[in-house]
Order: sequence, then structure tokens, then C-alpha cells
Amino acid sequence: MQVDIASFTPWSALLGGVLIGLAAALLYLGIGRIAGVSGIFGKLVCDQEANSGWRFAFLIGLILSAPLWNALVAETPPAFRLHLDNPQSWAIFCVAGLAVGFGSRMANGCTSGHGICGLARFSRRSLVAVLGFMTGGVWSVYLVRHLLGD
Amino acid sequence: MTYLLASLSGLIMGCGLILSGMTAPGKVQAFLDVTGAWDPSLAFVMAGAIGVASIVFRLSSRLPNGLLNGRAPTLASGAIDTPLIVGSLLFGVGWGISGICPGPALVGIGAGYLPSTVFVICLLFGMEFHAWLSGSPVSGTEETSPTPWPGKP
Repeated sequence: MQVDIASFTPWSALLGGVLIGLAAALLYLGIGRIAGVSGIFGKLVCDQEANSGWRFAFLIGLILSAPLWNALVAETPPAFRLHLDNPQSWAIFCVAGLAVGFGSRMANGCTSGHGICGLARFSRRSLVAVLGFMTGGVWSVYLVRHLLGD
Repeated sequence: MTYLLASLSGLIMGCGLILSGMTAPGKVQAFLDVTGAWDPSLAFVMAGAIGVASIVFRLSSRLPNGLLNGRAPTLASGAIDTPLIVGSLLFGVGWGISGICPGPALVGIGAGYLPSTVFVICLLFGMEFHAWLSGSPVSGTEETSPTPWPGKP
């Protein structure tokens, strides 16, 4: 194992994490809901569940964060800018979307629902889910980057 | 008020995802790339988020009625079963090969990032496929049926 010091950003990561935690806390305290993005998205678009106005509002806020961020922090150091690189083919994004959509429904949560909210309330199911995310992720990155890649 | 709080929460979460680097697929993959040049940054994202959320969740259990009109959601603490394990592994594979998960994908749509849009469309197909396979649109959910709010939102 070799730590990539050049791209290691502990402070912006920690601060960003704190913001994510605050967002989850706000939703929980304010309206008694769990900030799990795949659940919110799935129940709104896929299940078309009743009383989903708050889900729609949450997703609109999430989507609008990018233009807001770009407008507010255009002059900041590169580390704080919105990074979106594009290292893969379209087929990868399609397969990944299918796997993430199917998997998040099957496991009842994603990186925000299980990884943040679930772990924050010490759920055993969420701990297992996060270990599953990491295991699947580490193996597939190894496959893509080291076995299939250069 | 409900909608305002929900959209504010989404906005803050999006900013957190951007600042933390979760929206950068390469950075996510570098975190999962433990055998290569490993970037441990995302562990700090989790630490910050879980730290804040766990403190607030803990404190809120002492409040009789939450903070505003909030009431704690009743959460199913089901058994650890095969769908949980298989589903999370499958999620991990998709997350690993693309470096994208649902939250950052939606932020990416707002940024006009085309791969995110493709990802989210396929994400929806994946969800629909699971719903179709399991027969009913709503399988067992982590969050049980929503409690009716006092008054209109």
C-alpha cells in the first residue's frame, strides 16, 4: 500500500463530510427523514410514493448545489472547485448505473443511507452494507485499474 | 416549511459532496484503489459526516419531539440477510468501476456532466428491474411507512 500524498486532501474532505453530516442532521431533525439519496430517488421516481413532495424538494436542492457552488466559489483554489473527470467509456457508466440501481434497491440503501445515516445510528445492517460496498469497490477497481488497465 | 428544509438539506449535502471530492470519480476510485496509489481522503469524509450525524442523532433521541416538527423515523432493524450482502456487493462493483454513487451523480446532473445523466438513467432502469424481479414496487424498506405529519407540510 502506498499513500498518494499529492492528491490527499484531508481538510476539504473532513469539512465536506461535516456538511454532509449537517445535511443529514437537518433532514432528520427538521422533518424526521433519513437522507439516503437512493431511497429518496427510488421512492419518488420508481415507486411514485405518495407524499413525496419533500423528496422532490431534496433532490432539487441536491441538483442545484452544483450551479450554486460554481457561482459562489469560482475564484477559490483548485482543491475547492467542482471536479468532474471523465476517465471511462459510456458502456462503463451504463453498466455501473444498472448495478448501483439494482444493488441499492436490493440492499435498501446506498453510500449516504447506509454509509452515513446507518453507521451514524450504529446499525448492524448498515455496517454489513458498507463492508459490501467497500469489498465490491476495491475488487472492481483492482480489476479495472490493474488487471484490465495498464 | 417541510419543502424548504428538505431542499436546504439537499443543497447542503450537494455542497458537502462537492467540497469533499465525492463528485470526482477519479478520487473515489483512488480511495478504493488500495493496491495502487491510495488516496485516503474519503475516509475523512465518512469520519466527518458520521461524526456530526451520530452526535445529532444521539442528542435528538433525548428530545421529546425532535427539533422542529421532526419526529424520529421508525427504522427497521432487520436481520442481516442475503439480499443485503449481494445487493451491497453489486452496488460496490458499480461504484468501483465508475467512481459514481447516487448522490454525486445527481449533483453531476446539475453541473451538466453528461456521464452522470447517463448513469442516473441506467440507475433508474436498474431500480425498475429490481422492482420487476421482486414482483412488488416496494420491497422491505429500511424506513418503514411514513408517519402522517401533523397538518399540511
